[in-house]
Amino acid sequence: MAVMNVNPTRMQLTKLKKQLVTAVRGHKMLKDKRDELMRQFLDLVRETKELREKVEAQLENCNNHFVNASAVMSKEALDASLMSPKQQLNIETTSKNVMSVEIPQFTSSARTSDSGDIFPYGFAFTSFELDDAIVSLNSVLPDLIKLAQYEKSCELMSAEIEKTRRRVNSLEHVMIPRYQETIKYISMKLEENDRSSRTRLMKVKDMLLDKEHNYSGKYGN
Amino acid sequence: MAKNIAVIGDAESIKGFSAIGIDIYPCDEAEEAARLLRNVADSETYAIIYLTETVYRQTVKERSRYEERLTPAVIPLPGVTGNMGTGRERLSSFVEKAVGSDIIFNN
Repeated sequence: MAVMNVNPTRMQLTKLKKQLVTAVRGHKMLKDKRDELMRQFLDLVRETKELREKVEAQLENCNNHFVNASAVMSKEALDASLMSPKQQLNIETTSKNVMSVEIPQFTSSARTSDSGDIFPYGFAFTSFELDDAIVSLNSVLPDLIKLAQYEKSCELMSAEIEKTRRRVNSLEHVMIPRYQETIKYISMKLEENDRSSRTRLMKVKDMLLDKEHNYSGKYGN
Repeated sequence: MAKNIAVIGDAESIKGFSAIGIDIYPCDEAEEAARLLRNVADSETYAIIYLTETVYRQTVKERSRYEERLTPAVIPLPGVTGNMGTGRERLSSFVEKAVGSDIIFNN
């Protein structure tokens, strides 16, 4: 791992040590965030998978009803009976914060209070297959809305997990080793300087003593 | 703010939705679908936009703009022609993105 391009000074060393502490703490926290997000995400995905299978089965059933209805009614009559809807759905969107990810919460309300009031036509000229189709479609609706909420949450959470994972990895494998290497490099450099100045001092001391008392002349050769 | 739900797809598959209070936008061509999706999504009046699987596959580029946003939620649904497995693939791609490999749908 490359050592950062810094001056080997004591000030740099203290600065880097502080940064390393921050990086390690950040790494720990992001890792916790990732693990918790992952746990919640996997639970949500399992639930979503079940819900989707259920909704798709129900929708297929609805489509069958519609096909039946269009078989017994003319296309024009069918289109005309569906043309002016009575119902109007309102979706209230609030957001919920899960580990710093905003996920949507949908609550629906219909315009008319009577939940049975869904048929936009009189019963006189339409077939009962069409009634079946509308009833079955209406019964899927709550699940459909829930599915939208779940899938959107999955989408947002998976993006956030990916981001967090990248951050954790970059801290773990790039930033922290780099700080550690640089700290090691600076402290080695400082120690080296320390040693070299110490030997220089010893040498100078020897020379001074030699000059003063002429040790080398008395005891040396 | 109260918003609505929209469905975009071929007329056959989606006409029933209008009866239960969902706004329908029938379309049969890929270019038309892309344009419709943009208009519908940018009008900010819809919290959820359902697409039939055919339309979902035709509008990859347009959809990507709404992926990071809270609303609208763009969700594929099987049309009258039968299930193509898009919803399942989509979920599996989320798992793959988050985990690194698909550990839910691989059986």
